Amino acid sequence: MANLKSAYSIAGKKQKNDTHIIVVWVDNEAGVLARVVGLFSGRGYNIESLAVAEVDQKQNISRITIVTTGTPQVIDQIKLQLKKLVPVHKVADFKREDKNVIFKEMALFKFVANNKKLISALNACRNYNPVVLDQTKKSQVIQITALRREIDKMSKNLTKFGLVSVSRTGAVAMTRGSDVFK
Amino acid sequence: MPKLYSGAEIVFKCLEDQNVSHIFGYPGGAVLPIYDELKNFNSIKHILVRHEQGAGHAAEGYARSSGKPGVLLVTSGPGATNAVTALTDAYMDSVPLVCITGQVPTHLIGTDAFQECDTTGITRPCTKHNWLVKDINDLAEIMHKAFEVATTGRPGPVLVDIPKDIQFQKTKYKNYQKVKKLNGKSHDNFSQKNIDDLIGLISKAKKPIFYTGGGVVNSGPKASELLRELVYATGFPITSTLQGLGCFPADDNQFLGMLGMHGTYEANNAMYSCDLMINIGARFDDRITGKIDEFSPKSKKVHIDIDPSSINKNVKVDLPIVGDIKSVLTSTLKTLKKSKKNFSKSNKHQISNWWEKIQRWRSKRSLDYIGSEETIKPQYAIERLYELTKDRDAYITTEVGQHQMWAAQHYKFNKPNRWMTSGGLGTMGYGLPAAVGVQIAHPKKLVVDIAGEASVLMTMQEMSTAVQYNLPIKIFILNNEYMGMVRQWQELLHDKNYSESYTAALPDFVKMAEAYGCVGIRAKTPEELDDKIIEMLNTDRPVIFDCLVDKQENCFPMIPSGKPHNQMLLGPKDQKEKKITGKGRTLV
Repeated sequence: MANLKSAYSIAGKKQKNDTHIIVVWVDNEAGVLARVVGLFSGRGYNIESLAVAEVDQKQNISRITIVTTGTPQVIDQIKLQLKKLVPVHKVADFKREDKNVIFKEMALFKFVANNKKLISALNACRNYNPVVLDQTKKSQVIQITALRREIDKMSKNLTKFGLVSVSRTGAVAMTRGSDVFK
Repeated sequence: MPKLYSGAEIVFKCLEDQNVSHIFGYPGGAVLPIYDELKNFNSIKHILVRHEQGAGHAAEGYARSSGKPGVLLVTSGPGATNAVTALTDAYMDSVPLVCITGQVPTHLIGTDAFQECDTTGITRPCTKHNWLVKDINDLAEIMHKAFEVATTGRPGPVLVDIPKDIQFQKTKYKNYQKVKKLNGKSHDNFSQKNIDDLIGLISKAKKPIFYTGGGVVNSGPKASELLRELVYATGFPITSTLQGLGCFPADDNQFLGMLGMHGTYEANNAMYSCDLMINIGARFDDRITGKIDEFSPKSKKVHIDIDPSSINKNVKVDLPIVGDIKSVLTSTLKTLKKSKKNFSKSNKHQISNWWEKIQRWRSKRSLDYIGSEETIKPQYAIERLYELTKDRDAYITTEVGQHQMWAAQHYKFNKPNRWMTSGGLGTMGYGLPAAVGVQIAHPKKLVVDIAGEASVLMTMQEMSTAVQYNLPIKIFILNNEYMGMVRQWQELLHDKNYSESYTAALPDFVKMAEAYGCVGIRAKTPEELDDKIIEMLNTDRPVIFDCLVDKQENCFPMIPSGKPHNQMLLGPKDQKEKKITGKGRTLV
């Protein structure tokens, strides 16, 4: 059988996938992240990265930032399905190419190497706001903030300077200018 | 000092304030404090089922036939997991249910305690929302919110999980003050512009059709009245999904019958060829659309739905209108009357060619079948059942399979809320417990479960419930000894390899009825069928009716999987000529 992928209908024409950043404001209550993530896995949507933390301690609102890919129809469904969840207050959606939105990810790099290499490592990071968080004679931990693909590239390039461990967050997003998403 | 109430008492205070009169349930360790309190609340009657799935389906039948939310009360662990099928069923078919589950005491949660399971985790994907009550002071608010979530917007099931220690703890009880909107969620988002656009499309259409669904039932009886008014005011043809049957009278000339996989020839061809499709409260389900790339290729599509996520999910539409059907139809009728007086008359000419075409499709008589004098044809059995019950405002439930489709095709519904069937999830075993729930909601009415012998065995134990509460439900079994729909698909798609679809050791349903303490009747020939049905109708007790029907009969017409609406199989002859091949075989 040529097409055993779906038992229900023959897949129609494939549309182009876009990368979107979905921001969700939710009540910070037990299980709320499971609801959001479960919606993605249950309906077969993709999660590239996810960042979540409480942003309003008074009203207990958390902000979840999800990077996802999908056809325009799928992205619309994601937004509409999210809005149906009871603890969800609002949902924003940005294209990754959107110039009006700032996206940042943070990464921690640990290097174990000789002094010369450690200096080169810090030097290589200089475009991405490097902060040295810890330093010994043989090692250092550097924090950078950058775009996803920049961090991808950096973690590849830095191996030659003794990169032994990478820890990174999902993307967070904020609009430029004075506008606030309502 | 205000009076303090235990958690168990608060549960009942909330049910009282929500005007709940019946709950379906099954006791167990983690809900004993609630059951202990039952005796102190006379306005609430508990119906003891025999399995928690039965409680769920009974609550569904109750809700669907009465328009009120159904309530079930079950224990932790297996009680909760047994209810999952019913919750999922209610979620798929948008039935408002409130499921209250017991949970192990809070200090034992997470320790793999006896009859512990992660109830809120398990039911998260099959409820609109669920809550684990961790603080007695939250209980009343959560209970009331549960009813609000279940019944507002697109209805659905919710679950409240209450640990045993919370049921014992005491606190004050406050009645609930409705907050304005739950997290800013609103349901009527349409504008007058939407309505004007709709009227514009209506007045231009040459080949229009209304395609209506369960949303009309959910919007209340008034919505069905408005729908009728609109259909008459436009003179357009109307077809309905499985769940929408009854919103428009089936014997009216403008009604084309059900559409979809086993819909009529005229309904499906009209859907394929129309130039304006007005979807009211249906969701472009795959049983309806057939091959999606070739679904109604030339039409402008309007979609009226309360759930914004239903719109553009499967089929892209030209005019989405998000709102409660009742209010959308009210505005539409108002605008139509104002701008186009006597529209149905002035427009008659514009759509007369369309109606002629429809009449031609109709003349194929796609629901006809080859009769027999020796064996009872299942379609004939349903036709007779309909003829003999049509003046009695009967409530019909079904199981899932061929009998369900035959019931939908041959039983004619004229009112909403009279037809309870598991459409989205397709749950075999739904009909019998649902009939229990319907009979509870309508004690004086005739309630018939049109069943298959395989489905009905899945929840047969609920006959015991029917006997206990003197519920005179009629279980009308079309017995062909096969899982008929499975057999039909094996015949069409798997070279007649009837793998495991024959039930070799069926019980004697008449003796079984007697064992349960109800009445068993068997009909073997077409000749005796009427008398036996009348005997069933005259029996004021639960009846299991074993109707022995043709074992080989297939359900037609049929859109074979992977085919568009205009390529239907009309009967056994067609089946040979249009063999299903290639990709179509992989579909369900």
